Amino acid sequence: MTTWEYAPAPENRDIANLKPNYRMFVDGEFTEGTGEPLKTVNPATEEVLAEVSTASTSDVDRAVKAARRAHDRVWGKMPGAERAKYVYRIARMIAERARELAVLESLDNGKPIKESRDVDVPLASAHFFHHAGWADKLSYAGYGPDPRPVGVAGQVIPWNFPLLMAAWKIAPALACGNTVVLKPAETTPLTALVLAEIVQQADLPPGVVNILPGAGDVGAAVVEHPGVDKVAFTGSTDVGKIIQRAIAGTGKKLTLELGGKAANVVFDDAPLDQAVEGIVNGIFFNQGHVCCAGSRLLVQESVADELLEKLRARVSTLRVGDPLDKNTDVGAINSAEQLRKITDLVASGEAEGAERWTSACPLPDKGFFFAPTVFSGVSQAMRIAREEIFGPVLSVLTFRTPEEAVAKANNTPYGLSAGIWTDKGSRILWMAQKLRAGVVWANTFNRFDPTAPFGGYQESGFGREGGRVGLEAYLDV
Amino acid sequence: MVAPPTASGLTPEFADVTRDESSLRRFLHGLPGVDQVGVEQRAAGLGTRSIKKASKLWAIDTAISMVDLTTLEGADTVGKVRSLCAKARRPDPDRPEVPKAAAVCVYPDLVETAVRALAGSGVGVASVATAFPSGRSSMRVKIADTELAVAAGASEVDMVIDRGAFLSGRYGQVFDEIATIKHACGDAHLKVILETGELATYDNVRRASWLGLLAGGDFIKTSTGKVSPAATLPVTHVMLQAVRDWHDSTGELRGVKPAGGIRTTKDAIRYLVAVHEVAGPEWLSPELFRFGASSLLNDLLMQRRTQLDGHYSGPDYVTVD
Repeated sequence: MTTWEYAPAPENRDIANLKPNYRMFVDGEFTEGTGEPLKTVNPATEEVLAEVSTASTSDVDRAVKAARRAHDRVWGKMPGAERAKYVYRIARMIAERARELAVLESLDNGKPIKESRDVDVPLASAHFFHHAGWADKLSYAGYGPDPRPVGVAGQVIPWNFPLLMAAWKIAPALACGNTVVLKPAETTPLTALVLAEIVQQADLPPGVVNILPGAGDVGAAVVEHPGVDKVAFTGSTDVGKIIQRAIAGTGKKLTLELGGKAANVVFDDAPLDQAVEGIVNGIFFNQGHVCCAGSRLLVQESVADELLEKLRARVSTLRVGDPLDKNTDVGAINSAEQLRKITDLVASGEAEGAERWTSACPLPDKGFFFAPTVFSGVSQAMRIAREEIFGPVLSVLTFRTPEEAVAKANNTPYGLSAGIWTDKGSRILWMAQKLRAGVVWANTFNRFDPTAPFGGYQESGFGREGGRVGLEAYLDV
Repeated sequence: MVAPPTASGLTPEFADVTRDESSLRRFLHGLPGVDQVGVEQRAAGLGTRSIKKASKLWAIDTAISMVDLTTLEGADTVGKVRSLCAKARRPDPDRPEVPKAAAVCVYPDLVETAVRALAGSGVGVASVATAFPSGRSSMRVKIADTELAVAAGASEVDMVIDRGAFLSGRYGQVFDEIATIKHACGDAHLKVILETGELATYDNVRRASWLGLLAGGDFIKTSTGKVSPAATLPVTHVMLQAVRDWHDSTGELRGVKPAGGIRTTKDAIRYLVAVHEVAGPEWLSPELFRFGASSLLNDLLMQRRTQLDGHYSGPDYVTVD
């Protein structure tokens, strides 16, 4: 038998236009921040990509004041139809620079180029397009005849979808007439700063969008600044709780999009081959660095063995390696710290008696990589069934009846997303009503669209992003 | 668990399945469904694989060796078939190292011509049969059609199933027809054409695939090429999954042949990627995977030259037959 090895098919990294230094973006200008500069690393090679200047408390103050000025003098008063033109322009410019943004995203984040190219960047552009359309139609959104913006939005975003999360935050804010101070994640600041370049070239009035790189302290300063009217945060549940405490009693509006431990429920009448695809997409998409990842597979006992066999065979075909290679399915873990967290939780799974299976795929010598792993024989009491792993690790549990599936799926403090796999339409509707999750996918998983609201229950946060209901967070209602 | 095959070639489990019409129906309708959105998404996703350099050259040569070079026209003549046979023996006359095509596929009355033209070459002769392409005739005619092809020396028979019988739920009849034709084939390999464009749903494609495998087809084949849509990637995914599942439960290797509409090297490579990642690497062989095509071969040859010479040549440098 012959073997067919795919030759390396790397995307050209020069397309990223990587610069040695990046600066923060405040009041329409790129300026040197007065915080301690940070070095951002390519997680696939551990090489330093660029030095990025960070914001200090006084920079945050300057940015919030600029945003306030821009809001009061220009942006908040501007007719929606005029704002729309700017937002459309951003959407088009993201699409025009899609390849550059995709390569840069993969370099900085470690996600495979096929995902940054086919998912992150097109969706980011789509979010601006969608919200640009709302800008002159807010009177018809169901929030009163002439809903007003909230004011200055302080936004803090995570490292798993750096550009996409920036788009999720900035697009609705701008469309509704708010101005923005946004802090990208410490490990992935680059695409947000290219987005700042686009904002500048799109000729937005100075101060409408401000991007301040930095670590958690910068985020805290943004969130706590008295000049901020609305806080939007996507990230861990722990930090979400800190933010909620910090702004309690201040009157600031808040939306939180936090962690998750989503159940992906497979019934015995499911289209099994596509369920396998959905399970793979649910947990190995973006190395499992997805807050709504389908990290708990609940499978009906009568098909569990057959499904697991198919799943292992499929996972064995996943190609782990160079994120810039167009044939890579699973890229690099974003940081050494995250890799350590995953390794720890996997060790706990083994210690607690779950049966570990890991793909035999080769891993690169350098960089932060973790082979796709499936734990079977997992019980609800184990840490790997309860804690968010945020890596390419799936926990498999079984159930016998639909009621048991609902009970187990809901048995988590989180509630961001869930998946249902069955050929029976009535069961999908029944389950969707019973599941405590903000997003329920039926016979698919990890599908995103700017028209569909996204958000969680309980410890997964509150508020919705996207769609008509997502506008509420950025309107004074 | 692989159960030992019985005399009929079926494991006991599957011998039960084919015992009568109602057990066959229960089995086929008990197969897991195919989700249309999911299978199309998977096919599109795999379609983005980027095959370069040595892996591309390997794919091109492998694809050439899998081509069933086909002419199925009312206007076919002895001369046309002879020139096609010459092409199959030596696809690129300037480059003798180019692999031979797998087979030449013709109507039964031209099998004799093809057999003579290909004698000693190792290239197979495939014949369509069973009232191709519609399959609308009596069983007697279909058997005679097959016997004509086999007597003339065809090494492979491409039969069509009775789609009317399938769509009206007479699975037993379809099964019996395939089994009967398989018997009439003798040593010749049997490819069972499902005509997926007329079956319309992926669930039907999966059921028809299993029916073809249960009844003893050596290959399951998408289409006649006379109905649109002919072969598509998602349909081929479903069929590849079926032969993979068949192998997992019986240990036997059966083949898949998409036919119709595959014209470019890019298309062919997408199919090979699907073979590689859905069925498995052992299916990457002309024994288990074929392309039913006519114009594909020349595009493969042009792309092969491009890979080796570093520049495009043009259609005037490959033979038109």
